[in-house]
This record gives sequence, structure tokens and C-alpha cells, in this order.
Amino acid sequence: MANLLHIVVCAGVVPDPLQTLEPVTGPAGPGLKNEMVLPAVLDPWAACALYEAANLAAKNPGSKLWLVSLGSKAKLQQVMMTIAQKAAFELVPIDGPIGGFPDAHSTAAVLAETIAALPGLDRSKLLLFGGWESATRGAGVTLQLVGERLGITDQFQGVDQIDLREDGSFEVLERVEGGKHQLSVCAGTPAVLGWATGNLAEPRNNPQVGMTNMRTIMPALAKAKAAKLEANGLRYLSVSLPKQQRTTRVEKNLSPDEIAAELVEWIGAE
Amino acid sequence: METILVLAHADETGSALTRASLEAVTAGLELAARLSAPVTIGILAADAATAASVLASTGARLLAVSGEAFAQARYATDAAACEALCRAAQATIVLAPGTSRFTRVAAGVAHRLGGFIDTHITALSGTETVEVSRWFYRQRVEAVLSRDARPWFLLLDAGTHVAFAAEPATAQVEQVAVQLPEIHTTVSGFRAPAEDAQTIRPDAKMLFVAGAGWTKKQPDGQIHAAEAGELILGFLHATSSSLGSSKSLVDQGGEGEPVLPFLTHMNQIGQTGATPRHAKGLSTCCHGEEPHVVGWRFIADRRAISLDPNCGWTRGKADVVYIADAFPVMAKVNALLEAKKA
Repeated sequence: MANLLHIVVCAGVVPDPLQTLEPVTGPAGPGLKNEMVLPAVLDPWAACALYEAANLAAKNPGSKLWLVSLGSKAKLQQVMMTIAQKAAFELVPIDGPIGGFPDAHSTAAVLAETIAALPGLDRSKLLLFGGWESATRGAGVTLQLVGERLGITDQFQGVDQIDLREDGSFEVLERVEGGKHQLSVCAGTPAVLGWATGNLAEPRNNPQVGMTNMRTIMPALAKAKAAKLEANGLRYLSVSLPKQQRTTRVEKNLSPDEIAAELVEWIGAE
Repeated sequence: METILVLAHADETGSALTRASLEAVTAGLELAARLSAPVTIGILAADAATAASVLASTGARLLAVSGEAFAQARYATDAAACEALCRAAQATIVLAPGTSRFTRVAAGVAHRLGGFIDTHITALSGTETVEVSRWFYRQRVEAVLSRDARPWFLLLDAGTHVAFAAEPATAQVEQVAVQLPEIHTTVSGFRAPAEDAQTIRPDAKMLFVAGAGWTKKQPDGQIHAAEAGELILGFLHATSSSLGSSKSLVDQGGEGEPVLPFLTHMNQIGQTGATPRHAKGLSTCCHGEEPHVVGWRFIADRRAISLDPNCGWTRGKADVVYIADAFPVMAKVNALLEAKKA
């Protein structure tokens, strides 16, 4: 028998990893140079969470999937053109600042307030998904804080697998130190799962799914509420690129034997 | 005036503190000395009295939550335990190791105490105030920050401080009572490859990274995935290195392309993978662009073997780059290592 799930995925938008990033400090604090024109993607680990959520929802008919995303409307619209083709979901956009420098506690407060107010959400059936860390702040705390604010005390981080059982309980594999997974069994929803990579490949683009999604995404973006994030006493004293640039020795004409000998000596050196 | 609490937890034995916890103890003692602040150490362990014995010489107040309910890492019980320790210590600064156990709960605990948290701290500085360093955008931008709000929780990255070491002695430990919450989650154990098949070794001196080039067509027009696997495993066996991989190589498994069967997403290094700390790193068949290299931020001595003389590694990302085919080079390296061993 399938379980009816209400899955909420929290996912931000981040600069495409191939872009060059340069920090700048303005009146509002640190940010990235030309941040608004950098191509953006859905946060990679949160994207894994979305694909896992869509898979879980598809296996459990009647389930519902929301994607809650805090970011500038223009960026969200750009990213949704691709993401909307990969999974069926209802977008809940929040118009606010992007980037890694705003305080995670403020972000969590806005997300929790939005999720708590979702029409039709049954919090007893809630699986709160997201990436275990973002590619911007990379703190790994936002989802946990949202869970606390929603009163959820079964939380898992670095999740690579969830196996739902017929009785509504589920097994979770979480990454722990030393290349191991911790295996836990949770009695049921509600729960928070911060995803690592999971096991699913990125879904192929499906234009039909994209068109269906976009019918609700565009009006949702138009109605997105604006959010202001408090600094909570967070002060940046410096923000900079790493200074270390190595002087690279490039060896183009060594034979495999010569390279191997040099490498073995290097490996053995203290 | 600041008051400092260091949270520490036991390893799988339940009676010895983890290395990362002992590193946090060092950080706490150093910070306390710099700020002339009192320090408390809070221990979470099944057998806290034994775990605390190594801390007897610190002179710190020792608090503990112990018992079978805390033998395993689980959000509900760990959060309750850490909350109780923090309330008992009344600290303004809470330091904790960034282990999977504390990373899972620390933000929640900070919220319960009306506090704030910053994670992945790589350095603590400042004489009058506390200033911390951490990285943003997956180790691409470094920042120094501070907060006025208290309590302030700081999760320290492993390997950033020396582990505290002392002869075990009888320690005075104050037990802290915890009101256990309703428990819905049972920890059943761990899943890991067999010991001789485990390729992720956080304590290894060397990181060996395999890129997607290992499973591409070779000069004879064929793919030699099996040979690649043998060469890589042979090197790992000979050097006890830890194995990392680029995302593209791991992803190939899901796309029906040739794979190295011993690689999983947990081996991934870089933008969507780990950022491990090792003294040396050798990259093979990987083009060394930024999404890969961000995972190498804490690798001190870097070398790469690449066929591409314009690859990312040659642009100041590695110390030495060998423009060569990794297949014959690694075959020769393995042969030399075997000969040396014999």
C-alpha cells in the first residue's frame, strides 16, 4: 500500500560552478561581482533532493511535492526553465537576496514561515527535503533550523537513500566519517532529510512536464512575496579570494619511467 | 566576559573521545587562554567517565551526559543531550567538532538556546573579540566574520587544530540529567565496504584522484576500464592512499557508460563532493577545472598527470603537472612501489 506523502524541498539558486567568482563589498555587505548576471543553477545537492522527492512522490500516488525557493525572481525564472522539465512540482518562490553571505538563521525563519503557511500541507505527512549543504554558504544548518522551527525532531543529514516501508516507517542511509553510512529506521513522518548525492541520475528534460509546471510557475513568480533577511549581528571583517597561486612546474618531455621514478620518490618523501 | 563550552563526543567504543573532539578541546583551551575566559568541556558518551579521563589535566570543568540512549548518534537524543550540556554550562561561546554527529544537531541546539551558529570554521582569531575564518562558495571565497549575538556556536573543521593529548587520570565529572524526548528513530548500525575494499581513508597521507579520462578511449581505440581499475587499486594498495573521484566519473555508472565498480558518490571530490585534508594529492586523468579543484583546497602538496598541456592544473592549481598518459605511468609507479616493498 502506498503512503501519502507531503514532500517540501527547499532549494536555492547558485552561480554556475564554472563561473569565476569575485567577492565585492557594498553598502549591504559582501556579495559577488556581477552576481545578478552570473548564470545560475539549482543548488546541486538540493537538486538531488528534488529528484529523490519526485521519485518518491511518483511511487506513492496521491503524494504532493512543493519546491520552496528563496531567490531573486529573475534568477528563479531562469533556473526554472530547465528544472521545471525534470520533475513535476508546485513552486513556492520567495523573492529575496541570493548568495552565500546572508545569515542562515534569517533564511531559515523565512522558509519555515512559508512552509507553515502552505495551503493544503498536512504537517503530519511532511518530509522536509533539501541539500545537506548549499554551494553558496555551505553551512549545512538551514534545513535543520527550518526543521526545529517546525517542531520536527527526526532529522537526518548527508542522506544517500530512503526506503519507505508499507507501514509508513522508513530506512535512511546517512553519510558518516570514513566512507561509511549510518543506517537508521524512523517510525514515520514528519522528518527532515538533508540530501547528499542520493542514487538517482539527473532526470532527462521532459518538455511536457515543463509545460505543465510552467503554467503554475509563472503566476507563482508574479505573486512571490518579498523577504528581507536580518543580519542577526553577523559582521564580515574581510571577504577575499584565496591568495595562494602555485608556481606550477609543467613537465612535458619526461618518459613514463622518469615520471614514475620522480613520483615514487615524492610519495616516499616526508 | 566570554565563557567557553567545548562539546565533545565518544567514538564507536563509547568510552574514548573522537580525534575531532580532542582537536576541539585544543581549540577551546587556546581560545580560553587568549580571552582569559573560563572553559567547560561537555561530553556526550555512553561511558563518559572513561572518556573524560584524558581531559583530567585540562583543569576545565567537566560535564557529561551518559547512558545507553546516547551511545548512538540520533537527532532527538543528541539534541536533547547537547541542549542540557549547554544550559548547564551557560556558555557564551560553544565550540564543537564538525563531525557528522554534531553537524546533525548543532544548529537545532543553537536555535533552542536562542543562539546562532557558524560552521566549517578553519581558524579562531581576535584578542578582544572572537573572529572566525570560514570558506564560502565551496572553498572559493574566504571570509573572516564575527557575531555580537550569544550564545554563538562554532563547528570546527577537522584537521585545523592539534588533537589534545594527555595521560588518562581520574577526572571529576558532573553528570547532567536529560529529559529524554520521545524516540521515533532507531539506529541499526553502519554500512561500509569490507575493510580491504574501503577506498575512503580520511587519515591517509595521500589522496589519489581518478578522473573520467580513465574510462575514455585509449590510443588503440578501446576502453580499458578493467585495466584502469587494476592500476588504481594497485596504487591504493601499495600506498594506503585515499581514493577520490571527479563527479563525471562517478556519474557514468548511472548513464550506462563503463565504470570503475569500486567508486561511489562518496568518493567525489570537489563542487558536489568532499574537501578532504591530506598532506599530498595526485590527480590522474582529470582536467583540473575549478569545480574539481575546490575540493583540493586543503591538499598541501599537489601533483597531476594529464594529457592536456592546457588543463586547469597547469594554471597555478598544482605544484607539478606531468603531461603524459596515466596508464603507462601508473603501471610503472606500481611496479616500482612493489619492487621497493619487496
